Amino acid sequence: MSELIISALPTLLQGLGITLLLSVAAIIGSTLLGLLAAVLRTSGLPVAKQIAVLYTELFRGTPVLITLMFIYFGIAYFGYEINLFAAGILGLSIYQGAYIAEVFRAGIEAVPKGQWEVSWILGLSKRQTFMNVVLPQTRGIVLPPLVGQYLSLIKDTSIVSMIGMSELMHQGQAIVDRIGQPVVIYGLVSLLYFAVCFPLSRWVQHHQTRSQLS
Amino acid sequence: MSKPAIMLNNVTKSFGSTQVLKEISLDVSPGEVLVLIGASGSGKSTVLRIMSGLEKSDGGEIWVNNVPLHENKRAREICGHVGMVFQQFNLFPHKTALGNVTLALIKAQKLSVAEANKRGMAALERVGLAERSHHYPAQLSGGQQQRVAIARALAVEPKIMFFDEATSALDPELVGEVMEVMRSLAREGMTMVVVTHEMGFARKTADRVVFMDQGIIAEQGTPEQIFVNPQNPRTQQFLSRVLEH
Repeated sequence: MSELIISALPTLLQGLGITLLLSVAAIIGSTLLGLLAAVLRTSGLPVAKQIAVLYTELFRGTPVLITLMFIYFGIAYFGYEINLFAAGILGLSIYQGAYIAEVFRAGIEAVPKGQWEVSWILGLSKRQTFMNVVLPQTRGIVLPPLVGQYLSLIKDTSIVSMIGMSELMHQGQAIVDRIGQPVVIYGLVSLLYFAVCFPLSRWVQHHQTRSQLS
Repeated sequence: MSKPAIMLNNVTKSFGSTQVLKEISLDVSPGEVLVLIGASGSGKSTVLRIMSGLEKSDGGEIWVNNVPLHENKRAREICGHVGMVFQQFNLFPHKTALGNVTLALIKAQKLSVAEANKRGMAALERVGLAERSHHYPAQLSGGQQQRVAIARALAVEPKIMFFDEATSALDPELVGEVMEVMRSLAREGMTMVVVTHEMGFARKTADRVVFMDQGIIAEQGTPEQIFVNPQNPRTQQFLSRVLEH
């Protein structure tokens, strides 16, 4: 069995590298999209709010695979080309951004109204208030659910294998197709996902405990 | 005669079907300390919030520091020219005392950090908290937090200060330190509008006391007139209830 593991590991690690790259890029993309949608939703502008609601409800109500398929094949259908990696980043960012928007919205709305009022009287603009007063206060509120969403995103990258991207899950499938031994190979794939997600999960728990103590 | 610092002319305000202000007219002179008293729900906090631009009136005219607050487009001109102290302090919890005081100076007034710190420390000195400048709100007592909030409001050099039940959330033994800061501001000639349940403050520090009842000004006068010889039966009833305790 050790020989099997040793021979499969380089291919799986190569897949893990792509999974990590895809995850980091999609985490950045989904965070920016989510934050933008949350700002629009809490802006008080009716049209902006409607756009944000439509976005969050639409993508929270559809499976991630449909979003990925729609982007990859949909763009091709209209005569444009998109590579697998870009489609994966775009699909995961748009899909997870809808959930992250709700995390940020809850954080923004948890900041007392009095913070906005005192900032207004002191002469701070809405943007200055958001950046310097509200956003820093949401950090402690949104961090645990945000990291939870990131963990979900990292695991969701395995679905990108369905459109043919050679990330960790896809590489595992390829090895199983070639030599069999699904229990060992998928066990190894699971361990690699766990090795990425577990420290992140422990870190947020540690951070939460520290915040509560301080 | 100097132009009033604040002028309210037939101001009305409703929340849903409840009319909380019924054609209120009121002037405040520069340097005057005006204290608004009245039972909960009488409309005194709404008057203060309208004067500070936090609430829009439904009708009437509001002039504060020559800014017509009833004109929506011009209401923002008041920002940075008035100070407001809230019942719940509303300090920024992620900033130190000095950080709270200097944020608006740096971001809104575009002062350099050094200049803002200098002015911020002077404001904290004024409320007796210079040595706590690097403490976060959670590390300060309620009274100290409220004094930081006063310093933050003073640092922008406002022409008028509003106090909305500034001592109501404090333990009784912490009320005195905040009251003393407010009294010293009054002595310095700051125009102040104060909503309070502290009748001692109203009696000793106010130039004029306004008693509000069910959205109207039921009676107003000097502290002597209101506390010693109130004319309106509702004022008499309110004061006898409040002064009993």
